[in-house]
Amino acid sequence: MDKFKHLKTTAIPLPSQDIDTDQIIPARFLKATSREGFGENLFRDWRFNEDGEPKKDFVLNNTDYSGSILVAGRNFGCGSSREHAAWALVDYGFRVVISSYFADIFKGNALNNGLLPIQVSDEVLDMLLTNVESNPALEIEVDLEAQTLSVPSINLLESFDINSYKKTCLLNGYDDIDFLLSKMNKIKEFENNYRGF
Amino acid sequence: MGKTLFEKTWDSHVVDKVEGGLEILYIDRHFIHEVTSPQAFDGIRKRGTGLFRKEKIVATADHNVPTINQHLPIQDPLSRFQVDTLIRNCDEFGIELYGLGHPFQGIVHVIGPELGITKPGMTIVCGDSHTSTHGAFGTIAFGIGTSQVEQVMATQCLLLERPKTMRITIDGELGKGVYAKDIILHIISKLTTAGGTGYFVEYAGSAIKALSMEARMTICNMSIEMGARGGMIAPDETTFNYIKGREFAPKGEEFEEAVEYWSTLYSDDDAVFDAEHTFDATEIEPMITYGTNPGMGVGITKSIPTKAIKGNEASFAHSLDYMGFKAGDKLIGKQIDHVFIGSCTNSRIEDLRIVANYVRGKKKAGNVKAMIVPGSKQVEEQARREGLHEILREAGFELRSPGCSACLGMNDDKVPPGKYCISTSNRNFEGRQGPGARTMLVSPFTAAVIAIEGKIVDVRNYVEEGVNI
Repeated sequence: MDKFKHLKTTAIPLPSQDIDTDQIIPARFLKATSREGFGENLFRDWRFNEDGEPKKDFVLNNTDYSGSILVAGRNFGCGSSREHAAWALVDYGFRVVISSYFADIFKGNALNNGLLPIQVSDEVLDMLLTNVESNPALEIEVDLEAQTLSVPSINLLESFDINSYKKTCLLNGYDDIDFLLSKMNKIKEFENNYRGF
Repeated sequence: MGKTLFEKTWDSHVVDKVEGGLEILYIDRHFIHEVTSPQAFDGIRKRGTGLFRKEKIVATADHNVPTINQHLPIQDPLSRFQVDTLIRNCDEFGIELYGLGHPFQGIVHVIGPELGITKPGMTIVCGDSHTSTHGAFGTIAFGIGTSQVEQVMATQCLLLERPKTMRITIDGELGKGVYAKDIILHIISKLTTAGGTGYFVEYAGSAIKALSMEARMTICNMSIEMGARGGMIAPDETTFNYIKGREFAPKGEEFEEAVEYWSTLYSDDDAVFDAEHTFDATEIEPMITYGTNPGMGVGITKSIPTKAIKGNEASFAHSLDYMGFKAGDKLIGKQIDHVFIGSCTNSRIEDLRIVANYVRGKKKAGNVKAMIVPGSKQVEEQARREGLHEILREAGFELRSPGCSACLGMNDDKVPPGKYCISTSNRNFEGRQGPGARTMLVSPFTAAVIAIEGKIVDVRNYVEEGVNI
């Protein structure tokens, strides 16, 4: 997993609420057996029409907006457990998603792929969406070590929560399997005392 | 202070508590399928760890399989490659696979319970969010991502934050024409699609106690649709009777011992939940969804709300526009194009019996294309033994072969753009059943009635006393 420490970039606004993982990556693109290449079909049916032509009114097709932060409406990533959703966002180039609420499974999948979900209040989200939409050049700075999100040009400085273990993993590029493998003695000990099924 | 059912089960599986409040949870059964496992097998190969407890893994092919001509090679090359990859991986790592052609093949959340693999007090995971289905047996069962599939393969454990607990109590008797699917759609319409996020739910109350295992599975299945990680129901005589005699259920004395343990799995009277909700079963109507998430549901005779919840205006308008509806519209009388009966929510034998009982001696409406997909090979075989396929055929329906099918439209079973599909599945997301498809979620009984009428009707007027179960 890639390390994540600090990021300063413009952002892409996507104010829709309850964006489900079927929108992020539709099921018909889940036939691949590798982790790569899902970015091509990120938000496929919002981004392209049936003939594969880009839809002009969708934000990813608007060249005014760019950057590796996605600012999305409340309850991002609900629905299916497909990790392909996190892979597609990362493959497209996103490193951070900011929303006022995340679905549990998506949040875990994102963290396991070096994609940082930052939860802010509804008010802060509204403010960010409004400002990013009206000013595509607006830069957002994320400092994971300090757990802060800042936009100096609009006097915004917010701290965000992240599990301390998950933070260490992201900062160092570790994943849960490395950690669990270091606990194999504990796991075997548990099994020895376990009635089991 | 007493413990909840969730706490009793979770606590008995904690291997260790670690930094940041995370816990290492031991997993008893791991179901895998063709779509979310290949990248995990690649990871295992790359790390060279091998599988820690391969006997705790069960595999099937369900998401991406055709539901006709299953004996022939899969036509779509990508799908064929994905299913073949599962076969190769299971072969290489020595995993039990109930693949196409196997008598136990089927939707992973249908076969686990029907084979007696799913048992009270277990922890069960699968790379599929509807793993919550197994919670109907008093198990902690939840969906995971592919990185976690790899974790469980390598260590039989997951590193998790302990969810909060929620109890949803439903007391009272259900009205005529009202089924388990209506209960859960009603709950989600009240709590919203994010109302359960961060929680593990226990369903309780007299209305839940009265349900069959199939119906309980329908309820737990859709826990994820309100954002909850999982849902569970305390095991009781209904549970024990369902498990008894199944392929992998404990036998004889072992079964008696198991029941003794399973009987300890309930929430103590003085247990405290982080959140509680109560519903009155008598107030629940047959439900239908009008929008593009499962929280957008109403009683079938009601109108679409005239306005959105505050702050949700843009999504509400977009959703109605996608569905071709207007705020305040009545749903009764709307013509429909497709009916899909299937999915891990409603494809069990009881669901097929409800449908067959209603359509017996009737004819499907001419404007309706219908698809009935059993949840498993065993369900299909039983339906045939009971003659349900004949009843369905005479009414103009076809019983296909098992798989996830038009629930997620990975295979050819798709709904065309702009068409309305009355569906017994679990998600009405945009494009879920095919690009542009308009899904409306209902119970199998409602789906059967609408398939015959060709339009949305108040299904309560179609209940035939003594006929409909």
